[in-house]
Amino acid sequence: MSADAYAVTGAILIALGFYGLVAAHHLLRRVVAFNVIGSGVFLHLGAYATRYGPPDPVPQALIITGIVVALSATALAVGLVVAHALASGRVALPEEAEDD
Amino acid sequence: MSVYLPLLILLSSLVPALLTFFLPERAHGLRNGLNLGGALIKLGLITVMLVSVGRGATYDFSMQLAPGLVLALRPDALSLLFMTLSALLWFLTTIYAIAYFEGKPNQSRFFGFFSLCVAATTGLAMSGSLITFFIFFELLTLATWPLVIHQQNRASLAAGRVYLAYALPASAALLIAILWLESVTGPILFSTPAPLDRLDDTSLRIIFALFIAGMGVKAGLIPLHGWLPVAMAAPAPVSALLHAVAVVKAGAFGIARITIDVFGIDRVEALGVGTPLAVLASATILWGSIRALQQDEIKKRLAFSTVSQVSYIVLGVALAGPFAVIGGLAHLVHQGLMKITLFFCAGIFAERAGVKKIEGLNGLGRIMPWTSVAFSLGALGMIGLPPLAGFVSKVYLGVGALQSGSAWALAVLAASTLLNAAYFLPLLYRLWYLPPAPDAAGDEGKPGLVVPAVLTAAASLGVGLFAGSPYSPLGWATLIVTREYLP
Amino acid sequence: MDAIVVLLAAPLAGAFLSIAAPRLAVVASALVCVVAFVAIGLLGAEMLELGPAIVVPGNWGVPLGIGLEADGKAVAFLAMTALVMAGVITAASVEFAPGSGRRSFGFWPLALLLWAAMNAMILSRDLFNLYVGLELLTLVAVGLVALSGKADALAAALRYMIFALIGSLLYLLGVVMIYGAHGMLDMGLLSARTPAPADGLALALMTAGLAAKTALFPFHVWLPPAHAGAPAPASALLSGLVPKASFLIALRLWSEAMPDIVRPEALVLIALLGAVAVFHGGLLALRQVRLKLIIVYSTVAQLGYLFLIFPLAGGEGAAQPWSAGAWSGVTFHAVSHALAKAAMFLAAGLYMRAVGSDELGAIRGLARSMPMTTFAFGLAALTLMGLPPSGAFTGKYMMITAALASGQWWWGVVLLGGGLLSALYLYRPLEALFDGEGPAEIIRPRRREELAPLFLAAAAILLGIFSAVPFDLIYVGRPDAAVTGL
Repeated sequence: MSADAYAVTGAILIALGFYGLVAAHHLLRRVVAFNVIGSGVFLHLGAYATRYGPPDPVPQALIITGIVVALSATALAVGLVVAHALASGRVALPEEAEDD
Repeated sequence: MSVYLPLLILLSSLVPALLTFFLPERAHGLRNGLNLGGALIKLGLITVMLVSVGRGATYDFSMQLAPGLVLALRPDALSLLFMTLSALLWFLTTIYAIAYFEGKPNQSRFFGFFSLCVAATTGLAMSGSLITFFIFFELLTLATWPLVIHQQNRASLAAGRVYLAYALPASAALLIAILWLESVTGPILFSTPAPLDRLDDTSLRIIFALFIAGMGVKAGLIPLHGWLPVAMAAPAPVSALLHAVAVVKAGAFGIARITIDVFGIDRVEALGVGTPLAVLASATILWGSIRALQQDEIKKRLAFSTVSQVSYIVLGVALAGPFAVIGGLAHLVHQGLMKITLFFCAGIFAERAGVKKIEGLNGLGRIMPWTSVAFSLGALGMIGLPPLAGFVSKVYLGVGALQSGSAWALAVLAASTLLNAAYFLPLLYRLWYLPPAPDAAGDEGKPGLVVPAVLTAAASLGVGLFAGSPYSPLGWATLIVTREYLP
Repeated sequence: MDAIVVLLAAPLAGAFLSIAAPRLAVVASALVCVVAFVAIGLLGAEMLELGPAIVVPGNWGVPLGIGLEADGKAVAFLAMTALVMAGVITAASVEFAPGSGRRSFGFWPLALLLWAAMNAMILSRDLFNLYVGLELLTLVAVGLVALSGKADALAAALRYMIFALIGSLLYLLGVVMIYGAHGMLDMGLLSARTPAPADGLALALMTAGLAAKTALFPFHVWLPPAHAGAPAPASALLSGLVPKASFLIALRLWSEAMPDIVRPEALVLIALLGAVAVFHGGLLALRQVRLKLIIVYSTVAQLGYLFLIFPLAGGEGAAQPWSAGAWSGVTFHAVSHALAKAAMFLAAGLYMRAVGSDELGAIRGLARSMPMTTFAFGLAALTLMGLPPSGAFTGKYMMITAALASGQWWWGVVLLGGGLLSALYLYRPLEALFDGEGPAEIIRPRRREELAPLFLAAAAILLGIFSAVPFDLIYVGRPDAAVTGL
């Protein structure tokens, strides 16, 4: 039962994150939103681990790999956001309004 | 040797072309030696092939590019007719071009692409399958463009643009026709009759029209001829190439191939597409002549004359009687010899006497006798004066028209002859009978320019005088048609 | 089979070496090139004899372990990557000479990592492993876009990254659903699975994600600023190679892993998007006045061609005789596009340096002072137009033949129409290059910088002339029905 709860929570996180990624203009918010989606996907994946009798170790291995990948992506994204802010003085992409 | 002979003939122009690109501009001797050497080797190889094909030998060199995509070189008698012409004229045009471009820039580029054009023409002539033909046809289109824009000024760039604007849609039409046909029949070889029965007549008519549209641009059939007069912006050796050695001829040759070897003369008649093609060719013959009359620039007049004359070949093939086909095929060579003479001479008048307009020709006969005699022979041949080459073609075409029950074509030939006389005789009159302008000057100091013109003029006299020999263009065309009708 | 491991390890090792010893970056890259060519040669020879090569690293069997498999298409794409890399490395050894600042320090590890990621994605058959490859490729590509450090390049990199990350997450979500339904991720095993209800949605999610990364219309808006903003050697890699990897995975999913659940309408929809991309990209290319932007929009159009294969070789079409021709056709097209596009970007970079701008008005008449570069540009243009005797013509011929054989002639019309359109938009820069005498004073490129684009463009042409050998290779690993072809 609890596995389903994780899966549902994961799905909600994914939806929230996609909303944030599309709706937010502030680049840092978008980076955070990306991480929210990532967490949702990993939670969802983790929920599958208990679906077939004894716990399946593969999803955990996948999640750990995924977290490492997401972390590197986040690091690069934050670095680019900072560099872009320093170079252009803006925290949003050109042609997009900066959030309040 | 015999298996690789077609490949060797192709390489004899391809290798000099590729090497020339990498030669430094200053390496005149090496570049000239390479191109003339290639041309001589090619003539030698073609002679060997001529003799053995005349005795009935066959050649086949195939290379699989991809499943269903075979590069097949299978020279037959028709191939040799075209190939011999282009190889001979390549040699003479190279001599002419070396003299013409002396001291001018970008020679490596010119000679590289020029030889590449000849290589493409050779490949196209030897093609044994439709797709091989298309590949070389396309290569010819592309290799010609840098020659058309060679002078890199506004006029030549505009000419290049117009040329591609006509040629690329044409090749798309050609590719559609080929793929449509081959998707039903499988790969089509010229040597074996294609199973065209698998297509209904309407599809076949559309495919035939697409083929004619695709080739018609190169052959200058109206209304697809617009690029040819514009391309006159190119230097004289390029005009010679376009009008005599390669491009226009490739279109006419292609129409002959499609009609004779893909559809077959009988089927063309059965489909009822031969007469429309003959009418289109006749219209082109007359329209080209009328437009030629209106030009006062020598090269433009010659260009429209080509539009008119090349359609003699198409007319002969479209009339589909044995004599008409012989006349048309022989004219492929005859027109090449006469037209290249005229362009060589026009180039000499422009370069050595500064004359580009018709008025400037006044009295040049005495100042530049050799060139003027050559020009006159070419022009009289075009009109069809016996015993020059054009006369032979016209006789065969006329007999063929009667034979295939298209007496109206005789009227076209007669009208065209009158028009030819109308736009060429005034030129000859100016050359020989009018006094030169007071500031007229000119010399024939460059043998490299004059000798090729005299040689081609002599050749167009020779092929008329010796038309009875089996190795004359007429004799060879007869051989082709005999093999076609009496296999 | 050791060759497969070498192909993954060598670029990675090269990347680490070029970080640890930046002065040796060019040497390391050249070494990786040599090793890669030898490995690909051995792999190809082995495959022709023994069929597809399979490696399971660490002896962990599938499904727990990760399967690496080299079939014909894989070797074709590996060779494409190596050829483009060799050309770009040659050219970049001047522009990014070691020790010439931050940009050159960044370029070499990024380029080699990109190579490693490409090879991983071409060889891997494990959906999750492919995700990791996709992410690595994305991050490296973003780094290359941002290389110049200017504000607009950074903005282009960020925009690219947003699209790419959404794409990765969509793909990952699809992978998670597949794992949830079947408990396995290997493509070979998945092809024999019992279909589950969620398969359709999972495939749709993965495809959407991959399409965003391949810049399929309407997900292409990130591509022009990103590819045009990068330095020329980086653009060559980004435009020539990067989209091909995600395309290859999408195609494998639709024709190898799960062709059974694919519906014909979906195939037509994807190809329609491709067709729209061909014309949309072509028309936009026609309106650009900067050479690099023309090339970039041409990439949008040329990537569209690739998707025309879906109704020919995806879904039920995968088992049909014409799928072999379509597969080979699209492989030829992809490879020759990569070579020609890389050549074109390198040439554009040289023009840009010579006169300080890539506007068509500025590069007028450069054919005179830079004939070799212009020759390369012309050959590349001929390839992109799909004219014989280039490899792209062979590809186009095969694809049109397959379209006619399957009764879907309209895709052939798209191919021909797109070819004419590309002739139109590529004619403009060609004409500009030949227009007049050109400037007297230019910054001359080094000899090897001029040779690199010529080498790449010539390779694209030679591919068309000698296409028989690659053909035998591409066929390795095809189902029997498809090998016989038409």
